[in-house]
Amino acid sequence: MSFLEYRVKFVPTGLRKVLHLNWPLIVLVTAVSAVGWLALYSIAGGRFEPWAGRQMQVFALGMVVMMFIAFVPIWFWRNMSLLAYGVSVLLLLVVEFFGTMGMGAQRWIEVGGMRLQPSELMKVTLVMMLAAYYDWLDVKKTSRLFWVLIPVVLTAIPTVLVLMQPNLGTALILLMIGGTVMLLAGVSWWYFAVVISAVVSVIWAVMASRGTDWQLLHDYQFRRIDTFLDPTSDPLGAGYNIIQAQIALGSGGWNGKGFMQGTQSRLNFLPEKHTDFIFTTLGEEFGFVGVLSLLVLYALILVFCYVSAMQNKDRFSLLLILGIAANFFFYLAINLAMVMGLAPVVGIPLPFLSYGGSAMLVLLLAFGLIQSAHVHRPR
Amino acid sequence: MRRSPKETEESASVTHRRALLMGGAMTAMFAVLGARMRYLSVDQADQFKLLAEENRISIRLIPPARGLIQDRNGKVLAGNEQNYRVVITREDAGDVDAVLAKLAHIIPLSAEDLDRTTKEMRRTSPFAPITVADRLSWDDMSKVALNAPALPGVSPEVGLSRQYPRDTDFAHVLGYVGPVSDRDLAELESPDPLLRIPKFQIGKIGVERWMEAELRGRAGTRRIEVNAVGRVMRELEREEGDPGSDVRLTIDADVQNFIQARLGDESAAAVVMDVTNGDLIAIVSSPSFDPNLFVRGISHTDYNSLMENDHRPLANKTVQGVYPPGSTFKMITALAALEAGLITVNTSVRCPGHLEFGGRRFHCWKRAGHGSVNLEKSLAESCDVYYYDIAQRVGIEKIAEMGKRFGLGIRHDLPMSAIADGIMPNRAWKQERHKQDWRIGDTINASIGQGYVLASPLQLAVMTARIATGRAVVPRLVRSIDGKEVPVAEAPDMGISEEIMRKIRSGMYAVMNGERGTATSSRIVDDALVWAGKTGTSQVRNITAAERARGVISNDQLPWNRRDHALFVGYAPYTNPRYAVSVVVEHGGGGSTAAAPIARDAILRALSDGLPPLSAYPSSQRNRIASMLEKLPLRDAEGRAPDTSRA
Repeated sequence: MSFLEYRVKFVPTGLRKVLHLNWPLIVLVTAVSAVGWLALYSIAGGRFEPWAGRQMQVFALGMVVMMFIAFVPIWFWRNMSLLAYGVSVLLLLVVEFFGTMGMGAQRWIEVGGMRLQPSELMKVTLVMMLAAYYDWLDVKKTSRLFWVLIPVVLTAIPTVLVLMQPNLGTALILLMIGGTVMLLAGVSWWYFAVVISAVVSVIWAVMASRGTDWQLLHDYQFRRIDTFLDPTSDPLGAGYNIIQAQIALGSGGWNGKGFMQGTQSRLNFLPEKHTDFIFTTLGEEFGFVGVLSLLVLYALILVFCYVSAMQNKDRFSLLLILGIAANFFFYLAINLAMVMGLAPVVGIPLPFLSYGGSAMLVLLLAFGLIQSAHVHRPR
Repeated sequence: MRRSPKETEESASVTHRRALLMGGAMTAMFAVLGARMRYLSVDQADQFKLLAEENRISIRLIPPARGLIQDRNGKVLAGNEQNYRVVITREDAGDVDAVLAKLAHIIPLSAEDLDRTTKEMRRTSPFAPITVADRLSWDDMSKVALNAPALPGVSPEVGLSRQYPRDTDFAHVLGYVGPVSDRDLAELESPDPLLRIPKFQIGKIGVERWMEAELRGRAGTRRIEVNAVGRVMRELEREEGDPGSDVRLTIDADVQNFIQARLGDESAAAVVMDVTNGDLIAIVSSPSFDPNLFVRGISHTDYNSLMENDHRPLANKTVQGVYPPGSTFKMITALAALEAGLITVNTSVRCPGHLEFGGRRFHCWKRAGHGSVNLEKSLAESCDVYYYDIAQRVGIEKIAEMGKRFGLGIRHDLPMSAIADGIMPNRAWKQERHKQDWRIGDTINASIGQGYVLASPLQLAVMTARIATGRAVVPRLVRSIDGKEVPVAEAPDMGISEEIMRKIRSGMYAVMNGERGTATSSRIVDDALVWAGKTGTSQVRNITAAERARGVISNDQLPWNRRDHALFVGYAPYTNPRYAVSVVVEHGGGGSTAAAPIARDAILRALSDGLPPLSAYPSSQRNRIASMLEKLPLRDAEGRAPDTSRA
């Protein structure tokens, strides 16, 4: 059933929409963000400057954006999907040619004093585009090769652009988002099996070629892979961040060292402590209990997204909500695995916690779409 | 476009199924994350806590205050003075060169200082303070403090550094401290971590070195929190160390000062020793130097002038200098013969002025000869032939054995540097050292303290103390450590019959007080202080027969370094010995004229509270002595040197 068959008269109108918002989700998102403000306040040595205050402002702005999006019917956003996707790809191209270098990669463009990272926006618009595509596509054609190749291309275009920045983490997430939406839409398992086995074989071939006559990479490239996979082999270089992060997490113990008592973060042993590694500050100051509570909050956000998605009979909305939830999960799982030393270090922020305007705005924008889908769901 | 509801239902259920599958995967991932977190912050928490502490906590040492060195009455000989210095921190200074230039206008800074500062700054981290100038005056210090606002990053600091208030008087005894060298570190098996503190000073020679363990103290520790780049954030804990122990020496600073002044510019050494317990009351080597120069880092010119001085100011002649004891050795030869029973106190020898032996002629100092000589006369008039004669009967082995019993050729262990063993030769020694057989001529030479015999002034003082008491007195330099007296064992008896000892002593008495004694001009007339002694004049060159034929050239006509050494040993009071003294004046000429008067002044100074009482001197000498004493550049009660410009 598509939105065209909605019995629109049952959809709430005007300010009554406020009552039909998914309030638990809003509360949870605010709660997680508040934890982020607390962490940023602590990291700054008990001051709102320079991070916590700004993050709160961005959050407020983001909430306004979220509410605005939530009040606009979901079918409008569905119709906007292609445009949004196109604009995002265009912005990626702009960044590619006119962007500002940061951390050795072209990641943002300056727009009126705001730094815009199109790659962040891309994650949401890609989900929109694919959800809209599968909403439009006849279900029977879902697993046909031609109709499978189209979303593959749609995913590949931004992935390649982001990879060229180069931003491996985001490119990986885009790839995973594309795959996830296709999986949820019902594309045959066979495609996934073939792609996954192909990738595994290539990786195996490359690694197996090491030290043989037909070596596929240079030695230094292999060494880079080694440090990437096992940073502890280089404790003062690539491994420094990850080792210090684990010390911070581990030294928190059960209850943590207490708010603003984290020595690792306060004394600057932690790198990127206000952005990608913000979780370590929390682990250090609030311990296992605090970290587990945060994980529960994150899990609850996902649960409420799932509940909302399952209730929704609109195919676009269903895929959109699940796609965004998956996106949200990838962010958080990769970031946490990274800081806990389970995954190599890639530049992925922790959603709602890491300092950064673009990520926060885009996340709230995405949750605005979830709210819109929730408010305007067919009844 | 329209779709049948069935299709939608079907597609929705596929999506739901897969969504639940994905939800399961997410749950699994959450479980993994939770488990990992549990591993890190519960199972491994203790280890990571330790690592975090290691990260942030750094332990710094607090150098302890070095123990004081005092004289026997508590006068400070080596103390710690506040040392004002200026440090600069690059991070706070901003434009370092500009700040240093401004600083150079306020206090005197050498180009060397500035150069060293900028060099050091390039090496160290920006927040580490670097010493720009050391040992500033209080005035300069105030100027820096006053101008602080114009000098960002510059701050005045106070530290402790070693200071020797009685500089030249104790240079040889105390030695000095200096920064730890790599060689110092290499010598130690497990060096005290304190030694790694930059510019930490340890004793280099003398008491400062040999009592280092007592003087150094124990370091305190400061646990400080540092950030990732090593900047100190705050002090967490402070444990004060223990200051070094105060060491009180047996030396009397005033006696030491008197003798130092009395020796003047002579290249000489004097030792005064308490015969009752071995306490060294004064150990003076002249000329001296200012050990404070070494603490501050001596300049090349100063050092070279000390090295080039032919009077060797750096050498501690009291323990390091060894001299042929000359006639002061005669008591030993006599004792050896008496104890062996080969002569009696009444045995007499005829002295014709020389002794022929094996084609060689051994001369007595008195060419005309002494006639018939017995023990007392041999000592009083210092007849050489008497000793040539009896030495042949006794043999070198017994003489050497007796010498060792009286402390010659034996290293006396004191906390001082370069203590010489001296030489008390015998057959085995010569065989080992010179690969030659011992000859009777060697015995004859040794009998009057010439030839191979070498003794330090300290050994001579010990010998004299043992003769005076008949006990094996052992010298000591440390009286108490941190107020705890160092126990003195009563010296054991020498085991030589009192009759023999008494005879030797009366011989020494006759040297001073006999009719023809060699040192009667240095006698003491005060009945309570009357003393005994023995002169010695040791040749530093051989007198050839040709020279002797021309008539021996008197010392005044020889170049300084070819003149005889003048020696004297003595003790007072004769009846109830208290102090023994030994004096060596290098190339001073005759012992009776150059050494004995100094020894008398020294021992009288030790016996009295203030200057030697004029009443102790023969009346004919009093005027001369009085004016000599008056001119001595003595220190005042606080240990300040006299104003030399006035003198």
